[in-house]
Amino acid sequence: MKILVAIKRVLDYSVKVRVKTDHSDVDLANAKMSMNPFCEIAVEEAVRLKEAGVASEIIVVSIGSKAVQETIRSAMAMGADRGIWIDSGEAALSPLTIAQLLAKVVQAEQPSVVLLGKQAIDSDDNQTGQMLAALCDYPQATFASKVTIADSKATVVREVDGGLQTLQLALPLVVTTDLRLNEPRYVKLPDIMKAKKKPLDTQTPESLGVSLNNSVKMIKVEPPSERKAGIMVPDVDALINSLKNQAKVL
Amino acid sequence: MTVLVIAEHDNQNLKPATLNALSAAQQLGGAIEVLVIGSNCQAVAQQAAAIAGVSKVKVSDNAVYAQQLAENTSQLIAKLAPAYSHVLAPATTTFKDVLPRTAALLAVNMVSDVMAVVSADTFKRPIYAGNAIATVQSSDAIKVLSVRTTAFDPVSTSGGSAAIEAISDLFEAKQTQFMGAEIAKSDRPELTSAKLIVSGGRGVGSKENFAIIYALADKMGAAVGASRAAVDAGYVPNDLQVGQTGKVVAPELYMAVGISGAIQHLAGMKDSKVIVAINKDPEAPIFQVADYGLVGDLFTIVPELTAKL
Ligand SMILES: Cc1cc2nc3c(=O)[nH]c(=O)nc-3n(C[C@H](O)[C@H](O)[C@H](O)COP(=O)(O)OP(=O)(O)OC[C@H]3O[C@@H](n4cnc5c(N)ncnc54)[C@H](O)[C@@H]3O)c2cc1C
Ligand SMILES: Nc1ncnc2c1ncn2[C@@H]1O[C@H](COP(=O)(O)O)[C@@H](O)[C@H]1O
Repeated sequence: MKILVAIKRVLDYSVKVRVKTDHSDVDLANAKMSMNPFCEIAVEEAVRLKEAGVASEIIVVSIGSKAVQETIRSAMAMGADRGIWIDSGEAALSPLTIAQLLAKVVQAEQPSVVLLGKQAIDSDDNQTGQMLAALCDYPQATFASKVTIADSKATVVREVDGGLQTLQLALPLVVTTDLRLNEPRYVKLPDIMKAKKKPLDTQTPESLGVSLNNSVKMIKVEPPSERKAGIMVPDVDALINSLKNQAKVL
Repeated sequence: MTVLVIAEHDNQNLKPATLNALSAAQQLGGAIEVLVIGSNCQAVAQQAAAIAGVSKVKVSDNAVYAQQLAENTSQLIAKLAPAYSHVLAPATTTFKDVLPRTAALLAVNMVSDVMAVVSADTFKRPIYAGNAIATVQSSDAIKVLSVRTTAFDPVSTSGGSAAIEAISDLFEAKQTQFMGAEIAKSDRPELTSAKLIVSGGRGVGSKENFAIIYALADKMGAAVGASRAAVDAGYVPNDLQVGQTGKVVAPELYMAVGISGAIQHLAGMKDSKVIVAINKDPEAPIFQVADYGLVGDLFTIVPELTAKL
């Protein structure tokens, strides 16, 4: 059984975000970039399924400029077997376009399980997995906190607003990961060395027959309105007094 | 121009998040229709029909829609969508699941988490955990939008009398089967619509210790929230997580207890009207967004606060 994992390279979650002074975008120059944390969870889940003997091959795919090859190598160091880099240059792609490109890969590779992060922490869209499932006409299990695969079926526990929901889905399917699905491993140096030798194939939007038109244009990017720090109160009585008489929220 | 708003509900009651989405729909201009998809959900349709400004309620009431699975509801919405300029729903987990699938079926893009309507085709939305605000313009013929509920005041639940029309299209989700749900039942106010919230973090230390957070919340009539660290450690269930990847809240009062104030947490609560931080570390970043900060041990402060309120 093959697993396909889609991974995105994003600004590291610990980096302070700066908006460019011309308000055209966020400033990523020289900033630390990493694999999207939800994608790391997706790769980890695939590796665990392989270690458990459920999966036989893990393919990772990432769309973007040359730099995403580095992200693919880190997924290989975690345990992915081979990679596909879709070279889209510096173009800003929409989730629909990403899903269209991924659908072509799904068509070619025929994986039983497609794993994605629930959300990229840069654009915060939370759309791609669901769109890919629609384009492939696959069932979807989003925001997964537990995945069990047996007898050609997946049982997935999902994190929903009210609590947890359990679905049983036929394979092939799309799963998007939530934070509590697993804790990704730290990679060891020998694994990083091994990853360098794993096969990495290059594709382009043209070779896949997908045109990159984005119907949602970014007009400008601004910093959010700042909240000013308030006051420190010395004790509980002062806090209650402030909340009752000054803020009037109690 | 007619806008379609899809109702968030549990087959019995219309959820307040729908009222915020309707408020965003009003800002687009044009007529507003509401779609209710569910099973034995006529009561919901009637509640929607009573809302001022709603011109029609379409209701698709069938056992196949009991769980509102994305595989079938997305097909139903996509079938109806071409009659509308915009399809909107609140950014709840239901519609985070359903709307992107719907958009892809329509071959259009989607705009997630709209926090301001600039015009009928231009919207503001948070990116990078709310550390930047993007203005985006959509040229899609049908605009599919999810609405950040905290950014729009709810519309009133009364004053209208829309006609209710039954929709008979059936789509079955054959590949997906609902097995069960663990839905937390609580007498406390619901987190996303609560006026007062007391949230606990890793500093609370254990599931047992969370009792002091619940006691304070109950004294105040507040909802209980938590940081990711508190949820990951198993102190509280996942549905209490506030933040970039949890729930977004904006109550009158948000009390952060033993929470450091990571950007991912702030993303979910920094639009609260008044923020109180209780933390033993005077350098904790949460104090930079707090209106009132109190430095000290939460295990003495919280019980004292509960006793004195
Ligand atoms: C992809 C991603 C998504 C994330 N999404 C979210 C999200 O949605 N929501 C979220 O909350 N986090 C999220 N996080 C995690 C976030 O980065 C922080 O790790 C988390 O918010 C920390 O939780 P905390 O403040 O409870 O814990 P800590 O940072 O450990 O802070 C605990 C605080 O308690 C204080 N304390 C300890 N003991 C006491 C005491 N006795 N009295 C008073 N104060 C005390 C300490 O001084 C400290 O400030 C996400 C992270 C990533 C990478
Ligand atoms: N450029 C990309 N390359 C590969 N996968 C991506 C890309 N962008 C998004 N994804 C996948 O889609 C998920 C959700 O992203 P989004 O819908 O943008 O929030 C990510 O966690 C990835 O798994």
